[in-house]
Amino acid sequence: MKILVCISKTPDTTSKIAFKNGNTQFEDAGVQWIINPYDEWYALIRAIELKEKNPTATIHLISVGGADVDPILRKAFALGGDEGYRVDTDNSDSYYIASQIAAIATQNQYDLIFTGKETIDYNGSSIGGTLAELLNLPFISLATKFELEGQTATVTREIDGGEEVATVQLPLVVSCAKGVAEQRIPNMRGIMAARTKPLKVVAPVAVEALTSVVNYELRPTKTGVKMVAADNVAELVRLLHEEAKVI
Amino acid sequence: MSVLIFLDQADGQIKKSAYELLSYGSSIAKQKGIAAEAVVLGNVSTDLAALGKYGVQKVYIVDGAGFQHVDAQVYAAAVSDVATQVGASIVVFSHNQTGKAVAPRVAARLKAGYVSGACALPDFSNGFVVKKTVFSGKAFANVQIHTPIVVIALNPNSYQIQEADGVAIVAPLSIAVAPASIQVTKVNKVSGEIPLAEADIVVSGGRGLKGPENWGIIEDLASSLHAATACSRPVADAHWRPHHEHVGQTGFQIAPNLYIAIGISGAIQHLAGVNRSKVIVVINKDPEAPFFKAADYGIVGDAFEIVPQLTAAIKKLG
Ligand SMILES: Cc1cc2nc3c(=O)[nH]c(=O)nc-3n(C[C@H](O)[C@H](O)[C@H](O)COP(=O)(O)OP(=O)(O)OC[C@H]3O[C@@H](n4cnc5c(N)ncnc54)[C@H](O)[C@@H]3O)c2cc1C
Repeated sequence: MKILVCISKTPDTTSKIAFKNGNTQFEDAGVQWIINPYDEWYALIRAIELKEKNPTATIHLISVGGADVDPILRKAFALGGDEGYRVDTDNSDSYYIASQIAAIATQNQYDLIFTGKETIDYNGSSIGGTLAELLNLPFISLATKFELEGQTATVTREIDGGEEVATVQLPLVVSCAKGVAEQRIPNMRGIMAARTKPLKVVAPVAVEALTSVVNYELRPTKTGVKMVAADNVAELVRLLHEEAKVI
Repeated sequence: MSVLIFLDQADGQIKKSAYELLSYGSSIAKQKGIAAEAVVLGNVSTDLAALGKYGVQKVYIVDGAGFQHVDAQVYAAAVSDVATQVGASIVVFSHNQTGKAVAPRVAARLKAGYVSGACALPDFSNGFVVKKTVFSGKAFANVQIHTPIVVIALNPNSYQIQEADGVAIVAPLSIAVAPASIQVTKVNKVSGEIPLAEADIVVSGGRGLKGPENWGIIEDLASSLHAATACSRPVADAHWRPHHEHVGQTGFQIAPNLYIAIGISGAIQHLAGVNRSKVIVVINKDPEAPFFKAADYGIVGDAFEIVPQLTAAIKKLG
């Protein structure tokens, strides 16, 4: 069985969000980079668990991005995974990125492709679906549990107001949310092994990007909190009713 | 040329998010001077003609048993076929669970530029630019779409529902529907509770509540407001509350009209999931709790004293 895990590099969750060059680029000075938590905690770890049950399985990692992504792929390798691809491009349109992953997936014919449910920077939630469409595969989005029995996957997924259990045959694309696996810490052996795992840098295939970011804006900060005394809860209710008009 | 609005349904009813989307899609149609049309997959008992009130001129129904559950492949093929048949140039979805599964596929099928998490009407002053939330609600990106066909997924609870007079034409449409490859075997609805994603008001508790046995005051307050309940991550991790209540960067991202945070410190990862709320109320015994900086109203005090008083005061409001 061949599993592909899509990995994205994102700023650490505590990063200060700021922009530069006329608000056209993310200000990355001083930013710590991490594996997108959904890709790491859920997608990658579940793939590793599947391989632990079925040691003949192979796990490939893929990331689309510049050389600055390599350390992130190495971090992912420290947790697990056998081989990696980096498609060398800076373009960030979701169709463009999914097309790059689709090109590698078409070469290698994976049984299972995992993505995180979204990245914590762009919040697109779009790579998995786009990729599934390009490969003409079934797509389960927002999976919270993933079990495999032979070629049949049993997946629990979020739906509005609850969850749904479904079965589907491989090959398949799944976007992973909380619940699919538990976070792990890499061990020393993993960290050592990560250095020598094969990481192929490949040139992008020619595809047109369909969108581009013009600029960014910060969310305006709250103008200041109105404090209400602890012995005057009725005043809070009045403010919410008459001033904010939310109750 | 038209705007095609995808109406999401559950259990034979159009979802609440769809009304917001109708207003959004119709407004885009007005901006562009083109028709606003909608599509429903599967049978619904909602009065579709009455959706004209929200500015839509025509509602297409594609009938078929295959639409009972969302199979992204089947749904995307159907919506794309409808879009092509009716000549839609802009297709809009809600960025909810269904939209996240289906919209990117539709975009790829139509080779349309896709913007998800949109939070405002497009700006046509310089091409086709859509504003979306990024960095988990901390910022926005203005994204230009370069393709003749465009797919947009709108963040739930980010556009004002507008009603006027109007009746829509309801038109059945027949298209070939592919068999589903996803077989749904079980549906677990969170019954008796208001789904977090659809709630106008959310009451949320954190570690400050000390233990699951103390959640009665949260639930009472929530029920007095017809609100959904939520919690911080450590609370879900400790199994004090179910995982589907976990909000934040790594849980659900919500945007209710009112978010009441009780005994939650306001860590940056928590804020990332709730900062799109219109009004935030914080109740915390620590005046230095970072959450106050992100709040509209605050009370410094002991949750165990304040919250029951708050519930009582709200009940008085009637
Ligand atoms: C990568 C990453 C992702 C994360 N994702 C999330 C996420 O999605 N969601 C999330 O919530 N967290 C997330 N966290 C965790 C986050 O950093 C905080 O640890 C967490 O939000 C704290 O939860 P809390 O506010 O309930 O608890 P605490 O930080 O322990 O705060 C408890 C608060 O209760 C107050 N309090 C205590 N007793 C009372 C009382 N009697 N009355 C009133 N107030 C009282 C205290 O003053 C304190 O402010 C994440 C962390 C990381 C590193």
